[in-house]
Order: sequence, then C-alpha cells, then structure tokens
Amino acid sequence: MLKIRVMPTVLSRGGELVKGVAFDSWRRVGSVMQAVKIYNLREVDELVFLDIDATVQGRVPDFGLVADIARECFMPLTVGGGIRSVEDVRRLLQVGADKVAVNTAAFEAPGLIEQISAQFGSQCLVVSIDARRRPDGQHEVWTRSGTACAGKDPVDLASDAESRGAGEILLTAIDRDGTMTGYDVELTRRVTSRVRLPVIASGGAGRAEDMALVIERGGASAVAAAACFHFTDLTPLDVKRHLAARGLPVRL
Amino acid sequence: MNRVAIIDYGAGNLASVARAVQECGGDACVTQHPEDLATAERIILPGVGQFAEGMKRLRARGFEAALKEQVLARDTPLLGICLGMQMLATRGAEGGETAGLGFIDGDVVRLTPADAHTRVPHIGWNEVSYEAGEAPPLFAGLRDGCDFYFVHGWHLRCARADLVLARTPYCGGFISAVGSGSLLGVQFHPEKSQRAGLRVIRNFLSM
Repeated sequence: MLKIRVMPTVLSRGGELVKGVAFDSWRRVGSVMQAVKIYNLREVDELVFLDIDATVQGRVPDFGLVADIARECFMPLTVGGGIRSVEDVRRLLQVGADKVAVNTAAFEAPGLIEQISAQFGSQCLVVSIDARRRPDGQHEVWTRSGTACAGKDPVDLASDAESRGAGEILLTAIDRDGTMTGYDVELTRRVTSRVRLPVIASGGAGRAEDMALVIERGGASAVAAAACFHFTDLTPLDVKRHLAARGLPVRL
Repeated sequence: MNRVAIIDYGAGNLASVARAVQECGGDACVTQHPEDLATAERIILPGVGQFAEGMKRLRARGFEAALKEQVLARDTPLLGICLGMQMLATRGAEGGETAGLGFIDGDVVRLTPADAHTRVPHIGWNEVSYEAGEAPPLFAGLRDGCDFYFVHGWHLRCARADLVLARTPYCGGFISAVGSGSLLGVQFHPEKSQRAGLRVIRNFLSM
C-alpha cells in the first residue's frame, strides 16, 4: 500500500534556515545544511526545500546550494523558489532535485506547467499553492511568498494546474503557517475533492494528531511541517508512529 | 574500480544517481558520449522525464546504437531506473506513441486508478513484492515487501511473464522490477530509497 509521507519543510533565505508565522516575522533557526544532514540521518520520507526569497528578489534558484543539499540526501528532494523556466527545472534536476515546486510562475505564466510536464513528465512537477482565508471565510491564492494577492480560488487553481499537467499539489494555508494550531482541514478537503492528484497539506502542524486529522478528514496524501520539527521535540518518526497507531499506512 | 557509465540524455536526476553509485563504491561517470559505454563495466540509464522526449534525446545523442552494442552484443550489465526502465520497452505512449529501445517486450501505458480514492501520479513509498517468492539477485539481502520510493504516472506492461521480477500493489498492481541476467530495470528510484535503495545499487555493482 502507498504510504502517507511525512515531509519536513526547509525554508531558506540566503542559505539560512528560517521560519516565520503566517509568512511573516521570519526568524533564523539554524543552517540549511545542518537541517538537511539531520533529516537525512533520520531517513525522512521526503524533504521539501523552498527558497522563499528567490522570486521576491527576482533571482534564479541557487543551484549551488541545491547541489550541496542533494549531496547530503539519499531521500527524495522537492525544490522550489525562483523557478521561471524549463531551463531552471533542467538545472535543478541535474544537480539532484527529484521534483520541482512552482508557485508564482504557475499563476503568472500557466503555460510553464505544460512546458515542464511535456519535457520532464507530470510526476516531477509540484504546483505549490499558498492560500489565505478572507474575513468572509473564502480562500484566496497569494503568490510571491504571500506578498501578492492573486485573487483566485485555490480550488480552481489546483484544478487548472491538474488539467495543464501538474503531478502534485503542495497546499499551504498561510494563516496557519507557523502557528502550530492545526492544518486547514476544510481547505485541504475542498482541494482533494476536486483534483485526482496527490495533495501535500502544509501550514499549521503542531502535533501528530493534526497530521492524522488532515489525512483522515482532509484527504491529504502527505503532510509537510516545519515549525513543530524546529521548535518542539516532535520528530517525523514520532508522527509516523502516531499515524500507524491510528491505522494509517506509513513507512517505519 | 567498477566503472559505471550513467547516461546523460538531458533529462534526469544524474547527480543523485552518481552520488549513490559512489556511496556504493562504484566509479560513477556521467556521460553524454556513447563511446564511453564501451569502457564501462556497468551502465545505468536513469529516470525523470517524459517517454517521447527521453527517447528523442537518447537517439539524438547516439545512445541507441551504442546501448544495443554494449548490452545486447557484449552483455554489459544495464540498470534502467524509472523512465530508464520504461525506455527498455518496445514502445511507450507518453507524449505520443514512440518506439523504445526494444530490449524488453512490452508497452508503457498510463497508470489507471482502480478506484475513486487512488491518486495518480503514484508518488511515495510503496512495497516491492518478489514475483518468484524469493529475492532476485538485484534484491539480495532485502526482505520481500520492502518499501521503495516511486514517482511516476506511467508503467510497463510486459508481455513476458518470465521477465517480471517484482510487482507493487497500486492501480491494480504494476511491474516494479523487470529483466533477466544482466539486463535490469526498476520503476522505483533506488538512489532515493535510502538503505534499501543503496543495497539494490550495491547488488547491481557486484553482478
């Protein structure tokens, strides 16, 4: 049976490991390479590395840093941040990324989704969607690391990305990010009900229980988390033991 | 030292494969030149890509004839990984029907969800169950049903039951390892499957 993946997220600003709250109040919590080495030793299911400054600063991905990360990783690696062209993807795969995550460009230049999947196959393309809840309860997509409102329903964007050839959706609830108060299960449910692609839930994990809920009620295929792994004693293995005890399929 | 040619056809996670081969004691040589295959003791055809595009690039760089010479005529051990395994087949449908290398009698077709809850592509860790009940040489030392990392939307349908080494239970079950003798393919990514994956690569290097 296909296992639920528990995926630590490593956010980078200039090679430094950072974590914020609701995509703001970023603080340095260590070095990227150190975190990668630890997760590799712990044999996590998959690692997500996101360079949150690249697009905002108009930079291409830091291929050298990704190469360094990949050298430390015998685990699957998804890389995002600053990807704007097929060439960026080719270079990331060459230096050791297994999948790429496209966020801003997927919204601003949707044709890129088709180009990437035609060249490298859908399976290596993760479309990353950051959504914020409006006061009226509706969700809206934000791009550029949560600084630009795209004014689109995340469910529609996910569905559009699927029809253009995306292979997976990384769905982050901005309001929950870094709060450790639980995932946005409703948002996740809405997206998993609309698309047939695997959906990685992100934003808000505080306890193993949160991960179980977004899988059981939200329909997520994988759970991504950062703050609870950086700031609490919780490890990906603890999470998987909890999920296993609830009868969910995990790799132990 | 065990010289392993890793074929660079412009789409593939070459660095990860090279790194895993080195970790297993092999001398990894990533190459764009078909003539390098003649001096290699082993060849790896890596994955990540789309079938039609992958075959186009492989042919454009002259690897098709070189692979036929080394693998079919001279028996140099070959391991195809993910798309690299799929390209060993007679033909593939991804990106429009395209002829493959034809080393393995079969077709590459889309994974079809068996029920409403099954999501495609198949991404993540899943079991690999030996067809014969005991471990084929490529899996020596690994228990039946070990988890490996997969990331694919297409799979190989092989007309020759005797070439099926292992299957994985997803979308009704698909072939996750194929081959005979020194011609081998795996649908999962051994270079990303941690200890179990490195064991598969080590087994390939000692064949």
